[in-house]
Amino acid sequence: MSTGFIFALTGAILFAAGLAGVVLIGHLLRRILAFNLMGSGAFLVLVGLAQRQDVVDPVPQAMVLTGIVVAVAATALALALVRKLHALTGQLELPDDVDA
Amino acid sequence: MKRFSLVVLVLSLASAFVFFLGGAMLELGPTAIDLRAPVAVHLAESGVTHPVTAVLLNYRGYDTLLEIAVLLLALLAILAVVGEAPASPTRAAHPVLQALARLAVPLMVVVAVYLLWAGAFRPGGAFQAGALLAAAAVLLHLVGLLPSWSRPRLGLRIGLAAGFALFLAVAAGLLTQGSLLQYPPAAAGVLILLIESGLTVSLALILAGLFLFLSREAEA
Repeated sequence: MSTGFIFALTGAILFAAGLAGVVLIGHLLRRILAFNLMGSGAFLVLVGLAQRQDVVDPVPQAMVLTGIVVAVAATALALALVRKLHALTGQLELPDDVDA
Repeated sequence: MKRFSLVVLVLSLASAFVFFLGGAMLELGPTAIDLRAPVAVHLAESGVTHPVTAVLLNYRGYDTLLEIAVLLLALLAILAVVGEAPASPTRAAHPVLQALARLAVPLMVVVAVYLLWAGAFRPGGAFQAGALLAAAAVLLHLVGLLPSWSRPRLGLRIGLAAGFALFLAVAAGLLTQGSLLQYPPAAAGVLILLIESGLTVSLALILAGLFLFLSREAEA
């Protein structure tokens, strides 16, 4: 079991934890955090699997670098939307759409 | 009770996901396509000597071009969501914190320039440098030395779009030579440094803007 595989397995665990958080947590700020956890997990899987023979592959690293920046932008946009929602309705949760 | 069973269901599904994905990763053979050798072979004609920078700005320049476009788009969307609000006065932090920030920010700028330059031959590059500059701006804002931004004026708008515009101009200019973003090997190093400099300025402004445009309502 190489270091790269441990990274990838950690990434899978982080992704699953984030996914469970996105489904279960209603509070939007924490849901955004859970979504970021999913993203970090995916990045770790990409980088970890690419170097499981303990040789670094620059292509996935460059992809992850791009992905991190895009994730930051998406997070900022999500936060802006949450703040707008809070300013308009005073709520930090989406209205319950189970009964709709 | 319904809530509890939902939690149990989701957690067990997530655990099963990790279990099966981990098993699949253990079974995974060597990669079918190995890109390390092609990257190393063409490194000499890419204009830089660090493989990650070569991938980012030469082999897969499209990714980086569209990435800066996505960042710009996100900032525009944020500006549209936040709307117009007057810039609120900032609260000055403790003098010691302010003095510390005044000491740290010039160092951060120096390190950012170094990172930009070092990107050609070791880990570094436009994104790291831009993030560091943006962090310096956020630090200055948090200690009350830099007010939050209101509606962007012409200079700031040009700065925000300059990186993308410069990158697009270089890409379009290279169309006369052949295909999009195919640098001639002799000029590749200079072109990449030019693009990275533009990207650093724009990335720093965009990333700082993500914080500074959003922070203005909080104090109101």
